[in-house]
Amino acid sequence: MTFTTKNLERARTIVASYPRPKSAVLPLAHLAQDQDGWLSPEAMREIALMTGIEPAEVLGTCSFYTMFKRDPVGRLVVSVCTNVTCLVTGGPELLEHLVDRYSDDDEVFVEEVECLASCDGAPAMQVNYEFHDGLTTASAEDIIEAYKRGELVARGTSGGRLS
Amino acid sequence: MSAVETRIITKRIRDRAEDSWTIDGALASGAYEGLKKAIAIGRDAIGQEQVKASGLRGRGGAGFPTATKWSFLPEASFPRYLVINADEGEPSTFKDRMLLEADPHQLIEGIVIAAYAIECNLAFIYLRGEFALGYERLVDAIAAAHAKGFLGSNILGSGFDLEIVVHRGAGAYICGEETALLESLEGERGMPRIRPPFPAIEGLYAKPTVVNNVETISTLPHIVLMGGDEYAKLGVNRSTGTRLFSLSGHVKRPGNYEVELGITFRDLLYSPELGGGIREDRAVKFFIPGGASSQWLIGSDEHLDAPLDMDYVQQTFGVMLGSGAVMVYDETVNPVLVAWRLAKFFAHESCGKCTPCREGTGWIEKVLFRIVNGHGRPQDLDMLFDVCESISPGVMNAPFTQTTICPLGPSAVSCVASLQKYFRDEVLAMCAGPALIPVSAS
Ligand SMILES: Cc1cc2nc3c(=O)[nH]c(=O)nc-3n(C[C@H](O)[C@H](O)[C@H](O)COP(=O)(O)O)c2cc1C
Ligand code: SF4
Ligand code: FES
Repeated sequence: MTFTTKNLERARTIVASYPRPKSAVLPLAHLAQDQDGWLSPEAMREIALMTGIEPAEVLGTCSFYTMFKRDPVGRLVVSVCTNVTCLVTGGPELLEHLVDRYSDDDEVFVEEVECLASCDGAPAMQVNYEFHDGLTTASAEDIIEAYKRGELVARGTSGGRLS
Repeated sequence: MSAVETRIITKRIRDRAEDSWTIDGALASGAYEGLKKAIAIGRDAIGQEQVKASGLRGRGGAGFPTATKWSFLPEASFPRYLVINADEGEPSTFKDRMLLEADPHQLIEGIVIAAYAIECNLAFIYLRGEFALGYERLVDAIAAAHAKGFLGSNILGSGFDLEIVVHRGAGAYICGEETALLESLEGERGMPRIRPPFPAIEGLYAKPTVVNNVETISTLPHIVLMGGDEYAKLGVNRSTGTRLFSLSGHVKRPGNYEVELGITFRDLLYSPELGGGIREDRAVKFFIPGGASSQWLIGSDEHLDAPLDMDYVQQTFGVMLGSGAVMVYDETVNPVLVAWRLAKFFAHESCGKCTPCREGTGWIEKVLFRIVNGHGRPQDLDMLFDVCESISPGVMNAPFTQTTICPLGPSAVSCVASLQKYFRDEVLAMCAGPALIPVSAS
């Protein structure tokens, strides 16, 4: 990948907003993932160039953070919480159900995550970082299907496609 | 009389649910009036007079007095940075997310007041990466505040300049720890630094830096408007003012409640206007105050009638009010299952920099996992305890010590110490009996 013209402009603005360019590694990695849906080796090379560091350093930083996907994933990233409130309100069962249901679906990537700060509506999940809570296995599936049909759309941060 | 909310930092959010996050909604309900007053009274009157008099203590977890933290900044050393900790990842804490999404202008106003007081011209908001709506609202609110002259150069004619950069994290609980956060903001892996030096002396880019929590900073406009002395009349002892409590689990009305410090846990859990009691009117088996890092309390009168007073609960029971989370479990819940899930969390989130934490958290998780699955051995609880002692010597007798660089290691031990204190017989019975609930290791 390379940044699109518009994203390159965004990237330059981001780098300029920090006293030191290296601080822009995470925001540029987010931008690349917003554009491509994952963080490719080419993207990390371009980020290294823009921040004046080695590609290995970009990888070293980015591999620490679970949000960055270093392999392509489905268009819909479904993050299901199983932490201690969701644990006793159906989170683990929801995760198991969705993993089974979408195991053959290339469009949907289901992952287990830690507390999403949505515990008052446990069990909770995010689809492309949009919050959904008070879920049952059936309602969660309905929501994911609505994203698949394009009736629900995430606001275009990671997992979306920012052109 | 039953306990009710005291709405200071949640007033706008509750009164103007339809548009509290917009500049129009905020301005129509008094936003930036605190900033105007702050500029009028002058920089020196803010920190060491008003904030000091208010008794405000950090809402991020440690409860450190805010004015004291600011006073550590070395004189005449510039630039200085202000960094807002909006990484909210402590399990079962969801108050900052609400403040960010529903009232970004209150936070921005607080940031300008704090930055003006400590003479900082560039502030950062380190925002949890998963908060997409919060990010959008913050970015929009910053642009709107700029357009109205509350940010940028010569703010409201004061001659003071400030820019705010929103920096998104990317999924690492440890980045909530203030020095790991600064590493992350510098483009590094989020691994904590050895302190001292503390951030106030050598923080971001080795410059003097103040790190404060979202709720702490959101309180500032109100302290300036009310006057620090008036604010300090709220609350109890050295726990002044109000705090937001994130109540979750088996209460009838889970949610965020802003209450005056000093009401009791029973008030919080049972008042019809607050938690509303336990689902199906069951009994409380145990509850975890202060987030996953705290030790637990049980449903005894002694514990339920304890006041929400940061020092009292620490000194009396060795627990924290921490991040303001309160997770409530009724009698149907197996405490070992909850402990295992907490242990799994800490094992996953340990940054790996120190050996006792990296190795110990993994061991705790493994042993609890086998107990939950019916493969426990009678000696397991004591073995767990040895591991905990290696991370946090003296863990049963707070204040304990730590062998690690940051407090995450000792936090991972809290669940085991709590099992030992309150549920030892239950654990031993499980070590002898069949699996209670099959869980998958992932
Ligand atoms: C593992 C760990 C995670 C933390 N996570 C957070 C967090 O998400 N938000 C926060 O404000 N403070 C968090 N803290 C506390 C911060 O280190 C720091 O004390 C706080 O941001 C200071 O702000 P305050 O004085 O306004 O509370 C965490 C601490 C540790 C050890
Ligand atoms: S205690 Fe754990 S999380 Fe903290 S620095 Fe050490 S290894 Fe990292
Ligand atoms: S425990 Fe699941 S959202 Fe907090």
